[in-house]
Amino acid sequence: MSSLYELYDEVMADHDKRPRNFRPMESPSGRAEGHNPVCGDNFVVYLSLDGDAIKDISFTGEGCRISKAAASMMTQKLKGKSRAEAEALFGEFHRMVLGELDEEATPNQLGHLKIFASVRNFPVRVKCASLPWHTMHAALHGQESTTTE
Amino acid sequence: MIATEQTPIKGAAGWDVERVREDFPVLRQTAYGKPLVYLDNAASAQVPQIVIERGAKYLREEHSNIHRGVHYLSQRATSAYEGAREKVRRFINAREARECIFVRGCTEGVNLVMHGYGRKFVREGDEVVVSEMEHHSNLVPWQMLCEEKGARLRVIPMNDAGELVLDEFDALLNERTRLVCVGHVSNALGTINPVKEITARAHRLGVPVMVDGAQGAPHLRIDVQDLDCDFYAISGHKMFAPTGSGVLYGKAEWLEQMNPFIGGGSMIRTVTFERSTYANIPDKFEAGTPAIASQIGLGAAIDYLTGLDRAAAQAYEQELLAYATERLTALEGVRVIGTAREKASVLAFVIEGMHPHDIGTILDHEGVAVRAGHHCAQPVMKHFNVPATTRASFAFYNTRQEVDALVRGVEKVIEILG
Repeated sequence: MSSLYELYDEVMADHDKRPRNFRPMESPSGRAEGHNPVCGDNFVVYLSLDGDAIKDISFTGEGCRISKAAASMMTQKLKGKSRAEAEALFGEFHRMVLGELDEEATPNQLGHLKIFASVRNFPVRVKCASLPWHTMHAALHGQESTTTE
Repeated sequence: MIATEQTPIKGAAGWDVERVREDFPVLRQTAYGKPLVYLDNAASAQVPQIVIERGAKYLREEHSNIHRGVHYLSQRATSAYEGAREKVRRFINAREARECIFVRGCTEGVNLVMHGYGRKFVREGDEVVVSEMEHHSNLVPWQMLCEEKGARLRVIPMNDAGELVLDEFDALLNERTRLVCVGHVSNALGTINPVKEITARAHRLGVPVMVDGAQGAPHLRIDVQDLDCDFYAISGHKMFAPTGSGVLYGKAEWLEQMNPFIGGGSMIRTVTFERSTYANIPDKFEAGTPAIASQIGLGAAIDYLTGLDRAAAQAYEQELLAYATERLTALEGVRVIGTAREKASVLAFVIEGMHPHDIGTILDHEGVAVRAGHHCAQPVMKHFNVPATTRASFAFYNTRQEVDALVRGVEKVIEILG
């Protein structure tokens, strides 16, 4: 039961209620829509690239607390990162929420994002946490939309 | 003969819920160490032991293919399968058993009418009427048809209580209307629609009516002759039978005119490479080997239901709904979505600032199973301007203590997410 409180902690509540970088972007270098048709979560992730670097990243849309907090914290984390770093973080984050990466034992760059580790205890909610990352990945690769079904 | 016996007005007083719960083995378990509180009956209702046993008996003693074997087992299986069809006929009061087509569920039933009736009779410029509160299963097939035919989909609007606006319905009907498709009970709101009145109004212009009865059959007494609807679809798993069972009722005069739906074995009379001719109804619509065990199970579920005092069951469900509505709305920030005067025991709600999926996860860990999402009714969510709702749906085996568990769970939700 403690994992419920772990999952819905204050940091996540704060990002749900006051999401960071929660705004559309005019003429972004990358933009993708992410949709989970099962639950209706729907986000748009915007990227502004400067060469290889993510100069700015923002999002709009609607979803549950887990997905919205994941989107908000993702944008904070990725601002200023290179494409390769963003991809690596996506991989680490994805493996962590699937329970394939022990974020305490294995060296990683996740930092504050480790609060999403407890999502692995709620298998039906893993897609909530990973949807914004999949969407960012699609935007980075010039795809217009992605879906987690 | 002089009627001296007064019909007593039955309430829920005679309903022995603890006795009824004994019939449902699945309810005797815990989830995360807490008693399982199953409030997702509008998605799938649980199956009583007697239905489980009937399906098992078929598999144990009667399993074989129907309608073709001359042998002993096939005759027994056929007899059980056709026996189930007759039980369905009585349950919905159809004139004839051949008007009851076995399908996998409501979705298949609606698609059967779309292909069999719609593709034959709906032409460019024609119109098909649906309601704003339809489940996607009674909406998407009609959109597909309209797109294919160049026909127009018209929508009966609802008010903010979640009731259809019948005056607007009248205005939608015209000489181009080919079909009206409406749900008996809304799965997302609980609204009981006046399908008899809707049918009467459509019939004045000679327009047939298809009723999606997925949520009607578990709660209401169904009499298709009294409703006078032209089609009525039922899903077995919403009425205490296994998945894969269901019925599409259609008036014989329509079914006989309609195109077949799925082609294959059993639905033919003669086959040559030049052409095939089709069997009579109901076989015309039952190609391939059906879900025999499930449909026999549906027959057993009907026996179970008709063995209950259904008026008392319905009154009991209404009491649960009223109790749950009163207790939930007393909580700060809780808003009920769907407040029609005539409602089945479906209670959808939202809590200010909290997403239904987070609510559903927390309730789940309290052992309380609810549905969180758009309930396959995205236009309903749009009407109420919510992305999703949390829905508790009650069956006659649920208890007031389970409502209390739901309320305690929602209090915990507010504590954790607030």
